[in-house]
Amino acid sequence: MELLAFGDTGWGDELFRATLMTIAVSITAMLIGFSFAAIFTPLKLSKFKSLNLIANIYTTVIRGVPELLVIYLFFFGGSGAIMFVASIFGYNEYIEINAFVTGSFAIGIISGAYSTEVFRGAIQSIDKGQFEAAKVLGFNKFKQFYKIILPQMLRLAIPNLSNVWQITLKDTSLISVTGLVEIMRQSYIAAGSTRDPLFFYSFAAVLYLLLTFLSMKLINKLEVKYSRGY
Amino acid sequence: MDFELMINSFPKLLNAAVITLKLLSVSLIVGLFIGLLFAILRLNKNIFINRFAYGYSYLFRGTPLLVQIFIIYFGLGQIEYLRSTFLWVILKEPYWCAIIAFALNTGAYTSEILRSAFQTIKPGVIEAGQSLGISSKIIFYKIQIPIAIRQSLPAYGNEIILMMKGTSLASTVTIMDLTGVAKYIISTTFKPIEVFIVAGGIYLFMTFIIHNVIKFLEKKYSFN
Repeated sequence: MELLAFGDTGWGDELFRATLMTIAVSITAMLIGFSFAAIFTPLKLSKFKSLNLIANIYTTVIRGVPELLVIYLFFFGGSGAIMFVASIFGYNEYIEINAFVTGSFAIGIISGAYSTEVFRGAIQSIDKGQFEAAKVLGFNKFKQFYKIILPQMLRLAIPNLSNVWQITLKDTSLISVTGLVEIMRQSYIAAGSTRDPLFFYSFAAVLYLLLTFLSMKLINKLEVKYSRGY
Repeated sequence: MDFELMINSFPKLLNAAVITLKLLSVSLIVGLFIGLLFAILRLNKNIFINRFAYGYSYLFRGTPLLVQIFIIYFGLGQIEYLRSTFLWVILKEPYWCAIIAFALNTGAYTSEILRSAFQTIKPGVIEAGQSLGISSKIIFYKIQIPIAIRQSLPAYGNEIILMMKGTSLASTVTIMDLTGVAKYIISTTFKPIEVFIVAGGIYLFMTFIIHNVIKFLEKKYSFN
């Protein structure tokens, strides 16, 4: 227990901050994933074969390649890519992007591929009559989507999105290889300096369990909210 | 694009892919047995056995695989008692630690897949067996298990692919699998995109093969 004391004597406050970091990265990554899904889901559902192909390449590659490999690509390639773009605009200094941005982006692209599949499935399982009814009522495309399709899509997507959230949350542990101090990295540091890896990694496991448990409770509430009337 | 690097690193990465496949196949075989055992325990009416099996799967599905590997590889070595037993011969090798972690992890997911497959078997099938006078043991082995396996093929196929991606974490405990070698080449050449294309291509190829084998099996053993 002394090991978990707050302040300079224990690792309590460090691990607490690391937990907040894990939550921050997970939420950022999830949101980045949603923006990717917002781009790629329409491409998947498009009538044009070439657009379908682009979206399919994205989801297939990301879901078929290990997360760790994607993280290494971003970790080693991220600043290089940005420096290349900057050099086009005539900026030739060294640019370093921080681990939080690289990590959230890498995990975000992965979680985006899963979210895309979830949203595609949800939209496809909405009854066709709903689309037709929205059209008949004279709604414009924008209103059709926001007032009729989106609420129904969310209800169908939430159970699967909770799976995506769990995957994303657990994937953030992999960012520790880039040096971002989240739960895994902090446990690694603590384990190294106290020579007590069993305790700290087990404690990390408990923290992750707590996070998954609490988020499931929260998501269940959302699920109830969005399935009112069913 | 450095095509020369891509061509030169291809045989190295292909060799490393063999290690990935070894890790995958051994952990899948062990994991399947663990999964079957825990699926059966989950269906047990005794509440303690039931809870124990549920706790196991909750623990391993609720924590990242990386934590599990680190606990087994770094954590267990800390227990003095273990060092004196024959288990230490296994636990000091990163290769076996990784396999233990993978097998326990995939075992937890497999137990959930098999459990839900067992639960969706129609009672009529079992009743038909009973009315033919077949003993409950034979009903289980000859009727329930084959149906459950067929039922869980699509979900298990996904699990195999997830596990294949999971074996990349072996590289964090010094095993030179496909990801380990890819990272080594990236960090010595600083050409991440080229290496990613080759290594990612090999992973995608393996995913493609697994996907099609499962599809073939699904067709072969379909009910219709």
